Amino acid sequence: MILTPESVQRIKDKLAQYPQRKSAVLPALTVAYRQMGHLNDDVYREISQIIGVPTLEIAEAATFYTMFPKQPVGKYLIQVCHNISCSLMGADSLVAYLEDKLGIKKGDTTLDGLFTLICVECLGSCATAPMMQINHDYYENLTPEKVDAILQQLRSEA
Amino acid sequence: MTFYSPVITNAKEAAESEKLHLFKYVEDPDQPKVETYEMHGGYQAWKKVLSTMSPAEVIEEVKKSGLRGRGGAGFPTGVKWGFVPKDSTKPHYLICNADESEPGTCKDRVLMERDPHGIIEGMAIGAYAIGCHLMFIYIRGEFGHCAEMMEKVKEEAYARGHLGKNIYDSGYDLDMIVHTGGGAYICGEETSLLNSLEGERGMSRIRPPFPAIAGLYACPTIVNNVESLATVPHVINRGAEWYSSLGTEKSTGTKIFSLSGHVNRPGNYEVELGFSLKKLIYDPAYGNGIRGDRKLKGVIPGGSSTPFLTPDMIDVKLDYESLVEAGSMLGSGAVIVFNEDTCIVWAIKKLIHFYRHESCGKCTPCREGTGWLEKIISRIEAGQGRPGDIEKIEELCENIMGHTVCPLGDAAVMPIQSAIKHWRDEWQYHIDQKKCLVKSEFAF
Repeated sequence: MILTPESVQRIKDKLAQYPQRKSAVLPALTVAYRQMGHLNDDVYREISQIIGVPTLEIAEAATFYTMFPKQPVGKYLIQVCHNISCSLMGADSLVAYLEDKLGIKKGDTTLDGLFTLICVECLGSCATAPMMQINHDYYENLTPEKVDAILQQLRSEA
Repeated sequence: MTFYSPVITNAKEAAESEKLHLFKYVEDPDQPKVETYEMHGGYQAWKKVLSTMSPAEVIEEVKKSGLRGRGGAGFPTGVKWGFVPKDSTKPHYLICNADESEPGTCKDRVLMERDPHGIIEGMAIGAYAIGCHLMFIYIRGEFGHCAEMMEKVKEEAYARGHLGKNIYDSGYDLDMIVHTGGGAYICGEETSLLNSLEGERGMSRIRPPFPAIAGLYACPTIVNNVESLATVPHVINRGAEWYSSLGTEKSTGTKIFSLSGHVNRPGNYEVELGFSLKKLIYDPAYGNGIRGDRKLKGVIPGGSSTPFLTPDMIDVKLDYESLVEAGSMLGSGAVIVFNEDTCIVWAIKKLIHFYRHESCGKCTPCREGTGWLEKIISRIEAGQGRPGDIEKIEELCENIMGHTVCPLGDAAVMPIQSAIKHWRDEWQYHIDQKKCLVKSEFAF
């Protein structure tokens, strides 16, 4: 089993709420993503067992939603918003700064497996731009100093 | 350690105002607590509705208020509720659309973070009006902190008897589910949202049937935006007449505008509809002018799907009718400001990349057209534009516009068409000279 007993319970609790079981697909994928940091075929099979929806239908839904990585990513998934409001506030230079600090290009993972850097579409942080989401948290109104402090903090916690 | 930054609002102005209401308490850190919300008069409208009003009376009151959908389309909320068949034996559903993802828009998030009970109360009143006993809030997946907040306050609402069985001894039962999505912009479109909520890929449905007739699980369903629903308790408490006295004759009430881009004070501001766009950008109480003392180049007034306005056009009122007259739209109320250092081709490249990425792939004109547009626009931006590219873009836009099941196709092309109309010379320069007229190099 990939899913922990806690994750399984969480999925079962979600499932119990809905009038139709297939509605639990996205909540179940979210629980799996929060535990694993990404999704794969094996976990679709486990979810299928729990909620009673065919594996294929779970994979079909999962592959539509780009929020869930389908391959393993670094411990910290850095997602920089590169949409218009953030771009006007320097998202391009933020990405370049992160590439320089992490020694990787966008789309890559650092050799120590700590950081993956990607760009994503608008995260609804337009008036606190530029911003990035690291795993599930937002980091907003970014400056080079703030980015340095965040990376340092994450490295020390890792 | 997280760096969620408190977004600037005009809560102080709202607190002292007789007219503004959505932002009155958003700077009060205790407002999300149910006790604080109740102390500020919260759930009184819900009590009033359950004890003294019939569903038809609620619908009539909201119709009379003139409240229009705040998600982008501007359809009258009460009229929408009235579409649910009265004689249906199927369950009815109300869904609060919190899939906020139109670039530039960050207003619903503030309400979820800072006045979440107001959303629940508005949802409850809407649910009662359409005869619904199970309501949903669909929150975009990335807003995990909003989902946590809504789960928490939902439990509080149950504990205080605002939700659940036999609410306030009225005999009315109402349950609520907090649902999260998977980061797809298209799921903000109501029929795609319904598919997503049913566990499917978020692809749009052909209408008719409209969701009010056959929506979630093929049952009558109403989908309303967060801000629309958060407004409803105020309409009930203070009356349709009061609400319709705010704003303009056809665009009643107040609206939250998300102001972003090159302004000194980006933020969320609640103002009466009909407020001056120029004032919103330049007044020290709001945007406080263009950043770095640069000149204004253009403004998108209603989210990235709406046409640009040029500096000579910003003396316009922010209401549904005035913006249409000016050649744009109010949309979701996301005002994006561009200074003179912005290369228009660069800006449009960012936008078309978004729409290509977010197209669900159902309709050929949108799926193929946005991809084609991104290729051409990217090559112009990279200095590899060819003669005839502008005309090709225009032709593609025409072939997408109006030819798709949902409005994403139209949304993708409207800013492009207006950017070519207003700055055609700059596009031509980019193709001829193989470089930007102005270089968009923005430090952070």
